[in-house]
Amino acid sequence: MIRINCPFCGERDHSEFSYGGDGSIVYPALDAPVQDWLDAVFQRENIRGVQTESWQHVSGCRQWILVERDTMTHEIHSVRAAHEGVARVLEKKQ
Amino acid sequence: MTRFSAWSVFRNGLRGQQGWDRQWRDPEPKKHYDIVIVGGGLHGLATAYYLAKNHAQKNIAVVEKGWIGGGNAGRNTTIVRSNYYLPGNRQFYEHSLKLWEDLSHDLNYNVMFSQRSHISLLHSPAAVDGAAKRYNTMRLTGTGDAQIWDRDRLMSEVPHLNYSADARFPIIGAAVQKRAGTARHDAVAWGYARAADQLGVDILQNCEVTGTARDGDRITAIETSRGRITADKVGFAVAGNTSRLWQMAGFSTLPIESHKLQAFVSEPLKPLLDQVVVFGVGGAHFYISQSDKGGMVFGGDLDWYKSYAQRGNLPIVQDVAECAVSILPCLGRVRLLRHWSGVMDMSMDGSPFICKTPLANLYLNAGWNYGGFKASPASGWYFADLIANDRPHECIANHNLERFERGINIDERGAGPDPKLHG
Repeated sequence: MIRINCPFCGERDHSEFSYGGDGSIVYPALDAPVQDWLDAVFQRENIRGVQTESWQHVSGCRQWILVERDTMTHEIHSVRAAHEGVARVLEKKQ
Repeated sequence: MTRFSAWSVFRNGLRGQQGWDRQWRDPEPKKHYDIVIVGGGLHGLATAYYLAKNHAQKNIAVVEKGWIGGGNAGRNTTIVRSNYYLPGNRQFYEHSLKLWEDLSHDLNYNVMFSQRSHISLLHSPAAVDGAAKRYNTMRLTGTGDAQIWDRDRLMSEVPHLNYSADARFPIIGAAVQKRAGTARHDAVAWGYARAADQLGVDILQNCEVTGTARDGDRITAIETSRGRITADKVGFAVAGNTSRLWQMAGFSTLPIESHKLQAFVSEPLKPLLDQVVVFGVGGAHFYISQSDKGGMVFGGDLDWYKSYAQRGNLPIVQDVAECAVSILPCLGRVRLLRHWSGVMDMSMDGSPFICKTPLANLYLNAGWNYGGFKASPASGWYFADLIANDRPHECIANHNLERFERGINIDERGAGPDPKLHG
């Protein structure tokens, strides 16, 4: 079991969360060239090592979070709220 | 090399089994091969075998970072079927099943292929309709053994299932492929390795690729832990680690994520289940058969997050155990013997790639999702055809990297571009 420290709820089992996918992807503008959309939707670096990925705390606060995790050892390096504004507010509080 | 025959088995039985040679050579890598296949799994070995057998290629090497049978070749649930629906997939998997049917004779090695039927349980009228559409399509296009069974037929053939009316998902029928079944996975790997070796293929174990050399749009050599090997043509068949090798070849991204899939075996039991049974409804996904040694071999979903670790997590053990007792309550007190995990290439539409690449002499075989084991004979057959003739066979014309760009995804499940959903 991986334990994920949810910024809203505290440390919980990963089975409370749903894995999203590659969290480093930035979706292009709607009028961006097809190639940019192809890259964002289909193409993956598929890192073996530390990657940024999205998870949703579906059985908890239902917030999306960004997790830096090693895909070989499953060690988690950082967790933060996926929403930039929320992440900023949480960081200010600390 | 001693050929296996009734006579050779009999003679060696009388002579204390002293007359057998090693099953394949352990050669030193040569400096150059005409064709190098990276990956000594089922797909790589089958490719080398069919290159030698169908295309009269002589100077071939298979390089394997570990040992033959140590990767996903030995980490699957050994199920073979061809109940696919979409054009391309249908012909491909049916061809594979036909190759399976003659594989033991072809390889002169008993792969213990057992056509014991593949039974997908159905739990609602809508599921029966969906299965009828798929299985009728199969019947119309050359897979005549596809059948829909009602509940009475199913109860007479597979009596131990949970048929109670108050089950969470009562069983009302099944979609059945009679020619589907199981094979012994190690025997398939060893059989292909031995047969390829007999045709002159060098199988280089403990030979990990660490880099590649390029000259313009050509790959000229691979760097390995056993030295540099130059090649006229190179094929990658390393599902699970495709992205890493792809990046070693100087590329960046692929429509693939690596996920891990677990499989399980119980303590051996007396004969209990004569078929492969699949249970998939709601959040459940479960498939089970009984090995010749008596162990119940079963599996379920992915571990639900991307991973290269060849070890499974416990929530899935629980999920799979729950599925097991919900359809086969008689397994409630059976103990789990082992469980293990393999790393899958999960592609963006659930279908594989057997295709050319941006490099003129590099070929890719990847993206097998859950389905690599049953596909391995045809995968090798078509990949060999691609490498030898430098053009894709019409059966695999769309199994390429460009299909996403062109909007012709081969999405058997209709799950969209989320690799973990293509189970």
